[in-house]
Amino acid sequence: MDALTQTVLNCRELGVTGVNRALRQLPDGSSVLIAEPRGAHNIGVGMMGKWDITVDGNAGYYLGGLCDGPNFTVNGSVGWGVGENLMSGLIRVIGNASESAGASAHGGLLVITGDASLRCGISLKGGDIAVAGGVGHMTAFMAQAGNILVGGDAGDSLGDSLYEAVIYVGGKVKSLGSDAKISEMTATDVAKVKELAAAAGFDHIDAENVTKVSSAKTLYNFDALKNQRY
Amino acid sequence: MCGIAGLHLKNPALYPELGHLLTPIVEALTSRGPDSAGVALYDDSAPTGQLRFSLRADSPSYDWSAFAAAVAGHTGSVTTAVANFNVGLVSSAASETAMIDAIDAVDPSIVVVGVGESMTIFKDVGFPKDICDRYGIPRAGGYQAVGHTRMATESAVTMEHSHPFNPVPDLTLVHNGSFSNHATIRRALMDSGIKFDTDNDTEVGARYIGQRLGKGDDLAEAMRRVVKDFDGFFTLLVATKTEFAVVRDSFACKPLVVAETDDYVAVASEYQALADLPGINAARVFEPMPEDVHSWTR
Repeated sequence: MDALTQTVLNCRELGVTGVNRALRQLPDGSSVLIAEPRGAHNIGVGMMGKWDITVDGNAGYYLGGLCDGPNFTVNGSVGWGVGENLMSGLIRVIGNASESAGASAHGGLLVITGDASLRCGISLKGGDIAVAGGVGHMTAFMAQAGNILVGGDAGDSLGDSLYEAVIYVGGKVKSLGSDAKISEMTATDVAKVKELAAAAGFDHIDAENVTKVSSAKTLYNFDALKNQRY
Repeated sequence: MCGIAGLHLKNPALYPELGHLLTPIVEALTSRGPDSAGVALYDDSAPTGQLRFSLRADSPSYDWSAFAAAVAGHTGSVTTAVANFNVGLVSSAASETAMIDAIDAVDPSIVVVGVGESMTIFKDVGFPKDICDRYGIPRAGGYQAVGHTRMATESAVTMEHSHPFNPVPDLTLVHNGSFSNHATIRRALMDSGIKFDTDNDTEVGARYIGQRLGKGDDLAEAMRRVVKDFDGFFTLLVATKTEFAVVRDSFACKPLVVAETDDYVAVASEYQALADLPGINAARVFEPMPEDVHSWTR
């Protein structure tokens, strides 16, 4: 197959199982258009191929979850758990994301050009998330590693029970969660924000003037070397 | 898990299409609730001042005309009946209590599924598609509808335990989630004289709202009280003769998607259930935030 031609997979005709099965047959470098997603769940979950996938419309739950290979562009909004447990690659949602966007993502970059709802980046494990608009309450709950850049405002209980993940907020923080604190921006942080904004294609972030939220480490006492007790 | 579906039509030209538009939404939510399903349909077909009783018999060949004549003999009011499979829609100008007494006296095996001036209820155990087909829901007209697909987690799978619940005339409620303090609130409601049909948690929420409306709360106020007084996970869709309202618990643990156009307000647990509605691509689509009551009035 010529990698320069775009493969079209119609979700209405094939169903999600048919679309995902067809994806797995494609060679690396393929360009794929998933037509008529109509809010279907589990599109492109658990894929390993190096493909560029465009989803032409609104998608349902878990789009691109567990993926370690493809890049996604969604021309529409997505349901719960977009990019859940993402391992690598880029998921760009040109729209809004529902709850738990990027939950437990280990790697890769999830970009939301609109708003993300509650619990964005919950339990983040090393991936990066960039949201152009706002995020809902309990964003980054128990997030362990990785970065979340929020262009707009953050809802209540931001960063509750944070570990090593870091959140940068361009707008207002409604309230901090337990054990989250506002920390000083260092030159490294400014560089990180610039890098994330550039990767996400955001030009509305003033990297010098974002609020950094990280763990206050009053609840978080893990220390792997502490008498080797763990 | 359960599925919630609802339509509140703003454009009267769509009234004949109500069931046709609602049925695919309910059926798309089968994966969220394959145990039982139900719909409440609101329309203007009943004569003013008459209550319509949605009654359930064991057999689809039940003689509803004879039943209506016998009920009329008890109440002294003209009573008419329309049969729809094993459900009889029985209308009368008699009071609710006089009708309930008469129904019980004529045939105690008949179950009252719903009561309202504007509303009829069809619900049963089984797949949503079979239930919608059985009662001809795609052909039904009306101005708003509430639907539910149930995956039971806390009480039995029976017709009585399925949604919508109808605690007082014309009020219907469907619920996705579970209330954890329903026994406490049920006892308090029973102490104030409210009777229950089942041990179902959702019935407690429905009767709680029924009581609050009786005390003068408007629907949005009553639903905000639910957020304060009930523990657990819930997304609720509640309708009255004129209103249509939704609320989610403080953590928004259960989903809900609203799509609004100039012609309709449609709600469903998942967007995919709304994906084939006419005009959906131009609709304002949003998810209600925790504790926010959204309501629409006819």
